[in-house]
Amino acid sequence: MTGVPVSAYLALALILFCIGLYGALTKRNTIIVLISIELMLNAVNINLVTFSKFGMNPSITGQVFAVFVIAVAAAEVAVGIAILLSLYRNRKTVNIDEMDQLKH
Amino acid sequence: MENAWLIPLFPLLSFLILLLFGRQLKEASAYVGILLTLASLVYSVIVLAGRLQGPTFKTEAGWLQIGDLQLTVGFEVNQLNALMLVIVSLVSFLVHTYSKGYMHGDERFPVFYGYLGLFTFAMLGLVISPNLLQTYIFWELVGLGSFLLIGFYFYKESAKQAAKKAFIMTRIGDVGLLIGMVLLFWQTGSFEYDDIFAAVEAGEVSGTMITLTAILIFIGAVGKSGQFPLHTWLPDAMEGPTPVSALIHAATMVAAGVYLVAAMFPLFEASETAMMTVAVIGAVTAIFAASIGLVQTDIKRVLAYSTVSQLGYMMLALGSAGYVAGVFHLMTHAFFKALLFLAAGSVIHAVHTQDIEKMGGLWKKLRLTGPLFLIGTLAISGVPLFSGFFSKDEILISAWTHGNTFLFWLAVIAAFFTAFYMFRLFFMVFAGEARSQMKNVHESPVTMTAPMMVLGILAIVAGYVNTPWFGTFLGDWLVEGNGHGHTEGPVWIMLVATLVSLLGILLAYLMYGRRTMERDWLSSRLPITYSILYNKYFIDEFYERSFVYGAKAVSLFLRFIEVFLVEGLLKVVVGLVQGLGRSGARVQSGQTQTYGMAAFLGLAFLMLIFAITGGYFG
Repeated sequence: MTGVPVSAYLALALILFCIGLYGALTKRNTIIVLISIELMLNAVNINLVTFSKFGMNPSITGQVFAVFVIAVAAAEVAVGIAILLSLYRNRKTVNIDEMDQLKH
Repeated sequence: MENAWLIPLFPLLSFLILLLFGRQLKEASAYVGILLTLASLVYSVIVLAGRLQGPTFKTEAGWLQIGDLQLTVGFEVNQLNALMLVIVSLVSFLVHTYSKGYMHGDERFPVFYGYLGLFTFAMLGLVISPNLLQTYIFWELVGLGSFLLIGFYFYKESAKQAAKKAFIMTRIGDVGLLIGMVLLFWQTGSFEYDDIFAAVEAGEVSGTMITLTAILIFIGAVGKSGQFPLHTWLPDAMEGPTPVSALIHAATMVAAGVYLVAAMFPLFEASETAMMTVAVIGAVTAIFAASIGLVQTDIKRVLAYSTVSQLGYMMLALGSAGYVAGVFHLMTHAFFKALLFLAAGSVIHAVHTQDIEKMGGLWKKLRLTGPLFLIGTLAISGVPLFSGFFSKDEILISAWTHGNTFLFWLAVIAAFFTAFYMFRLFFMVFAGEARSQMKNVHESPVTMTAPMMVLGILAIVAGYVNTPWFGTFLGDWLVEGNGHGHTEGPVWIMLVATLVSLLGILLAYLMYGRRTMERDWLSSRLPITYSILYNKYFIDEFYERSFVYGAKAVSLFLRFIEVFLVEGLLKVVVGLVQGLGRSGARVQSGQTQTYGMAAFLGLAFLMLIFAITGGYFG
């Protein structure tokens, strides 16, 4: 485990975050956008776990935080998918650029 | 006399009743107006009788307390006020009665009576005011009444114009009055007539200031009394119903200017220049308006110019220190001019036209109106034994004894003109052949003829209260206790006055009665003079070209500034804000991804700044 430097973990998290951000900002399909958001959250999780191991005060708190994030993300996705489903039933579409009713 | 303040309140009550219940009362409104003005008349006569024996009565109550300054309201019954009360309430009562017949069938009958009540209230209030401020308030109210009544037929464009013209022209004069009033207050610290006169007598006010204030107050009188050069509104005011012309533009309101000068007489007396101004304006107006009257063809306009001319006479009398003469002529003129207007109204009522060229031969058809009109004509022409003779004689004597020889001869010529155009009017309307289109001409109802008969009697006998033959009761009474003086004059003046009026009548008879002289004698020989007279010396055109166009040019310029400068600036600001709003609204598209991108870019930008500055802003 010692052979892998901290920067590699952080680089992985960064790459994952950027992919997630790119997907969230560019994809039309709302499912993909939700998945991309999951990617970004997981990038954060990697960061949390990394710093809980290699941070200035290594402790279990970071990992506990990551577990929390996973749980909350699961709940969030459940709500997101539920909204998306009812929207799909009403509008017959999952394209995010057609979902602009909240501005009114 | 203690309750003289009730007199103006009766017509006010009439106004209020008709305002509230006029719609229900319909033509019964006339009785409300007639009864309440009758109450005023009876009370006025009682007050006059009381004043004939008793002393001047004056009472006042506090109105406003501003610092040390106490403004008061109240009323005063002195000789002039008591006389004016009777004149105003009498003419008003007769006009109320007359209107019942004249306005019969008019849609806005109750409104007419309501306005008459308002006007009568204002006029009566004006003549019992003991101070300038109160006078000014009623002065403006009178102007309002006049405006409403001239514009009574407001659906006629000309009536609307005339009402506006009357209001604006008199307002020009009122500005002078207001300034004069404020200056007097500044100098003497009081609006009270008595205090002002006391201050003037005690020499507390400088001579220049007396002259200035007197002339400014006279400007107010010029506006109200239709004196040159503010006379142009009065002939146009004939657009109002004829009873209104009789009440307001012959007997009462236009006499308010003369009344004001008479009421402020001690102030005027203190300044030779002011007196001279009054006399000159009066004499110029007298001859100027009379010369226009020579050629007019509208029956009411002829009478209107004769009113202007007679008011000029009164001003000439006051300016020549003829206090009694001015007030006396005011009284007799009120009677015979109201008579002439009411008779003219009766003629118009019968033939439905005001153009005297279209009239003729009405003497046989209008058995009552004709002789009554003749009485009025004789009185105004100054034929001996009629009221106008005595009062005009007084004026001429005043002008002569005061040394205004030139003005005296102007007045004599004006008297000649007056006799001529009045008889020209009489002959053209009543003499000659009847016109074919006037078949169904019949005499007016008794409500119209009865007031005319009363005025006809007064037009004959009113002069006898002050004659050189039987005693000068009125004159003695008017000057009692105020030392305005009373003048006696040479007998030849009376002869000259009689002679010129008879000459005028003779000339009119030859030209329009017997027709032995050519009618177009003047117009064919002196076409330019005729044209100038017919067009009223082009005064209206002159005002139009100078003041109206001038004002229009100024307003056009200001409009230019308004449109291009003010509104332009406003438009720029509005456009700026609107554009900002619109672009802001476009940003809010509802596209979550765009928002996300913006947030991300913003964050990235912030982080860039952080990276460059090392964590610090600014």
